[in-house]
Amino acid sequence: MSESGSFPITRHSIVVAAQSSDPVERSRAIEAVTAAYWKPMYKYIRMKWGMAREDAQDFTQEFFTRLMQKEFLEAYDPSKGRLRTFLRTCADRLYLNQSRDAQRLKRSGGAAHLPLDFDEAERELAKVAAAESLEEYFEKEWVRSLFSLALERLRAQCESSGKAIHFTLFERYDLAEEDGPKPSYAELAGEFRLAVTDVTNYLAFARREFRRAVLNQLREMTASEEEFRREAQALLGVDPA
Amino acid sequence: MKWLSDYIVDRLQTSLQLPDFSGTRYRALRHLARGGMGTVWLAEDTILNRQVAVKILDPADDSGELASRLLREARVLARLEHPGIVPVHDAGTLGDGRAFYCMKYVEGQTLDQYVGSGSSLPERLNLVQRIAEPLAFAHSRGILHRDLKPENIMIGSFGEVLVMDWGVAKVKEGVRSAVGTEAQGDSSSNLANGLPGTAHGRILGTPGYMSPEQARGDIDSIDERADVFSLGAILAFMLTGGGTEELDRSRPSGPSQPLPRPLKAVCAKAMAPDPTTRYGSVQDLSSDVAKYLEGLPVVAYRESIFERAGRLFARHRVAVVLVSAYLLMRLLFILFSRL
Repeated sequence: MSESGSFPITRHSIVVAAQSSDPVERSRAIEAVTAAYWKPMYKYIRMKWGMAREDAQDFTQEFFTRLMQKEFLEAYDPSKGRLRTFLRTCADRLYLNQSRDAQRLKRSGGAAHLPLDFDEAERELAKVAAAESLEEYFEKEWVRSLFSLALERLRAQCESSGKAIHFTLFERYDLAEEDGPKPSYAELAGEFRLAVTDVTNYLAFARREFRRAVLNQLREMTASEEEFRREAQALLGVDPA
Repeated sequence: MKWLSDYIVDRLQTSLQLPDFSGTRYRALRHLARGGMGTVWLAEDTILNRQVAVKILDPADDSGELASRLLREARVLARLEHPGIVPVHDAGTLGDGRAFYCMKYVEGQTLDQYVGSGSSLPERLNLVQRIAEPLAFAHSRGILHRDLKPENIMIGSFGEVLVMDWGVAKVKEGVRSAVGTEAQGDSSSNLANGLPGTAHGRILGTPGYMSPEQARGDIDSIDERADVFSLGAILAFMLTGGGTEELDRSRPSGPSQPLPRPLKAVCAKAMAPDPTTRYGSVQDLSSDVAKYLEGLPVVAYRESIFERAGRLFARHRVAVVLVSAYLLMRLLFILFSRL
């Protein structure tokens, strides 16, 4: 499973592709859906249902395996709601059904093994501040996942086009942690032997491309132009006055 | 993959929200307002050292349709050089692909805020007349606003009245080539709704202020009288001080607040469901308001003889008092001279 921007940059919605009858297109699309959603989902069920780590891992594996096996997405109607809300509802339902039927799969028993890095997810889970509600938490995790995938796309794009320095500057300046070193433009210019105006221009390029990558990612993750616009407005818009 | 902390996620999200003015003469200062498809930012024009308002489309659209709509809106504004219409300075595309146009920054309050600040009836009626002026000008240039409402009227710090947000303006035949609208069907700039065109049956405007023909999406029959309706609804709002719900309750016969009957009739005529029974133009509506202010009979209302006498008395109060006093003195003189 690739978490990077290996899914080709396209204006086509992977949500629509995930419901396709073409198995190749479908498989690639669901892989992309899984890349975007597995971590938010894993953290969500760990928090909401208080699942043990191993149970949550099994559950996540099973959930996305079922997704691959065309079990959930057929029922998804984009006009009735957002994909992430639908997936969350499916996960809740699956959990309740399994609890009721006491048919939880034993560890690694039955579900295909998807290469999901649960250790990393656990480390991230420990770092996240408490959100006001689980819904809010899931939303925030979704944004985090979206940005992470967009950053990977940006990195790949910069590296393949000989602009690795643009991404490095972006990483050093825009992705600097709150309590970490925050170099100024002049310091970065000195360190990388560039003019300050070059640093300004390279950062402007990286921010512009990051924005484009986020929007491309978002467009793929939504089923219709209307939903895309609504999501883009919510994500990129400012607080209503 | 690097884990993104809450701090970085928030920071990235904030930077995504900021317009990318790199490569332009503008520098973002703060967000001013949000519309259906875009945002308006206060920015600094770094060459002329002045503050401007920049309207920016949200995400760049695939087809470029919305960007061309925004450009059309800018062109509509550029054609409307009038003191009552905010001037547009510049239009283009930001580095991130989003279309924008730059206009004068107007400080002040919107009409709904202004009405709540306790202005007198004559002041409000004067405002209606001043709103009618730029509208009449736009109509004379073949452009209909189609989304008049208190939120789209700005009262500047020095009392200037500006009609804002021409995003769903309809450009009439003959003007289209100048603003770049398509020749087929209706050519409205439909930015607020983000629709690619204004086909028959599509509804534009704001409930409570849009004419019935607009509400039906009957765009072929929409003409200046649709703006007359909206201006009538604004007049009703200014008279009652109420929101659109109050206006809704007062329909179809007009506002239900206890108003001077002639003014109520003016509202009712302006907001008549049948366009043919409305005022023919915003000037006609404005003229009736002026007549009311001057104590003259209004076209919209047939007054009784008592109402006419009362109005004449009110209008010529001083003269009536002087003549009455004179007649009384003459009468007293005659009576005393006979004793």
